Amino acid sequence: MGPGMIEVEGLRKQFGTTVALNDVSFRVDRGEVVGLLGPNGAGKTTMMRVLTGYLPPTAGTVRVGGHDVREEPIEVRRLIGYLPETVPVYAELTVREYLQFAADLREVPKAEVADRMARAMGQTGTAEVAHRVIGHLSKGYRQRVGLAQALLHDPALLILDEPTVGLDPSQVVEIRTLVRELATHRTVILSSHILSEVSQICTRVIVIHRGRIVGHDTVADLEKRLKGAERVFVQVRAPGVEALEAIRALPGVTAVTPAEAQEGTAAFQIECELGRDVREDVSRLALDRHWPILDLRSVAMSLEEMFLKLTGAGGGS
Amino acid sequence: MRRLWAVCRKELLCTFASPVFYIVAAVNLILFGVFFYVIVSASREAHLRYVFHNISVVLLFTSPMLTMRLFAEERKLGTFELLMTSPLTLLELVLGKLLGAALTFAILLALTVDFPILLLSFGRPDWGPLLTGYLGLFLMGLAFLAAGMFASSLTDNQVVAVVIGFGIALLLFIISWFSPQVGGPVGDFLEGMSISGRFENFARGVLDTGDVIFCLSLTGIFTFLTVRSLDWRRW
Repeated sequence: MGPGMIEVEGLRKQFGTTVALNDVSFRVDRGEVVGLLGPNGAGKTTMMRVLTGYLPPTAGTVRVGGHDVREEPIEVRRLIGYLPETVPVYAELTVREYLQFAADLREVPKAEVADRMARAMGQTGTAEVAHRVIGHLSKGYRQRVGLAQALLHDPALLILDEPTVGLDPSQVVEIRTLVRELATHRTVILSSHILSEVSQICTRVIVIHRGRIVGHDTVADLEKRLKGAERVFVQVRAPGVEALEAIRALPGVTAVTPAEAQEGTAAFQIECELGRDVREDVSRLALDRHWPILDLRSVAMSLEEMFLKLTGAGGGS
Repeated sequence: MRRLWAVCRKELLCTFASPVFYIVAAVNLILFGVFFYVIVSASREAHLRYVFHNISVVLLFTSPMLTMRLFAEERKLGTFELLMTSPLTLLELVLGKLLGAALTFAILLALTVDFPILLLSFGRPDWGPLLTGYLGLFLMGLAFLAAGMFASSLTDNQVVAVVIGFGIALLLFIISWFSPQVGGPVGDFLEGMSISGRFENFARGVLDTGDVIFCLSLTGIFTFLTVRSLDWRRW
């Protein structure tokens, strides 16, 4: 086994007395697509900034492509393509001018610049806005321009900080598809606070919470552990008390909380045992009792709750 | 070198795409025009010595306005992260930015070319002091720009950058005022550190290598301080 693309050992990052990352160690091999999953404020952005050499580590070693980020920052930067959380674009420049600037900074060979720019714009769907000023583009396009910048020099390691945040659903799908394409011949590390996003794109997940790694998992394992970590919301036209008792009696249901509902209807949040989806049982029950179902959907657990589940800190505090 | 040029070109593109430069240039040119008209029509002499003096005072305000965005804006927009994660050294970045600001300033000065042309068409000006005067304005402005760039590297607020840049420039300008009070060798030193005293030589038509080196040294010192401040602020 050769050197990994990313090797982090005993990393600690402090801002003054605030500890942003504590005792973080992990390894990413070439060709892996790794998701950094954690709620807001978990330390994902700090982690990525340390990986790119933007922030120096307080303690511990961080190696990217075999180069220490502190000792050989320029070597590290040559390897990476980076899309920070705030898309680093200049509002006054056109897309083409901006990408030309990025190509010069990255020392893309002059003869290849035109080709690479065309390719990056093609991949990110920004060719049709090539001559427009970035300040006039929508958020979705700016995000794509930022991504084009990160791809331009065909980096061995792509670091994407929340690449889909603030995009509309169809744009999110496009970006995900693109990242999956890009991942076929390079290493990708991306951060997200959305589990489903990470599970759709990544092969492996590093779960980070309050500056510590709380889980190292393949996507399949993580999903197994979190399975059933969803709630069901149901609204039926039925007498409240009767419905509450009937639902509570369903197999696998652990808790039922009444929710606000219109007159004559009843609404509940249903929590159930791990690995069980009660939606079928609920709909069958409603059918038997002739209760019209007005709404029935699974409600994603907040990531914070999921982390409590993962770290096993749920009960007491 | 390519990266330095890339930074410089980006600075120029951003400068000329934003209204700030045009407003600063318009206000400056109006003021310079007033100086020129009032002074030349009153003195009826074909030289620009006193016009240069007045312009030099306005440059105390103008220079930090040309440099305020250099680093403060990059920080605010988050583009600083792009620069600092590119294979670009701090020195390349800082010199690229200074070069961009210097070229912008040179363009502003070049827009006053009508002054010597007017003198030439109505009188017989001495070319030497005209050229040294412009050179003096440029070199003094360059030192002010470097000071303004340093100020911009300290903050992500452009107003703060202007205030600090103006403060440094003015201090360099009036430092000799302290020399009579202090006296002795320290007083002489302060006299020698005065950029307005150096500029006086240029305006009179005296080209002294010492004065040129003085301005370039100040520029170098503030360039160095900018690199240090950017480096230090990362830790």
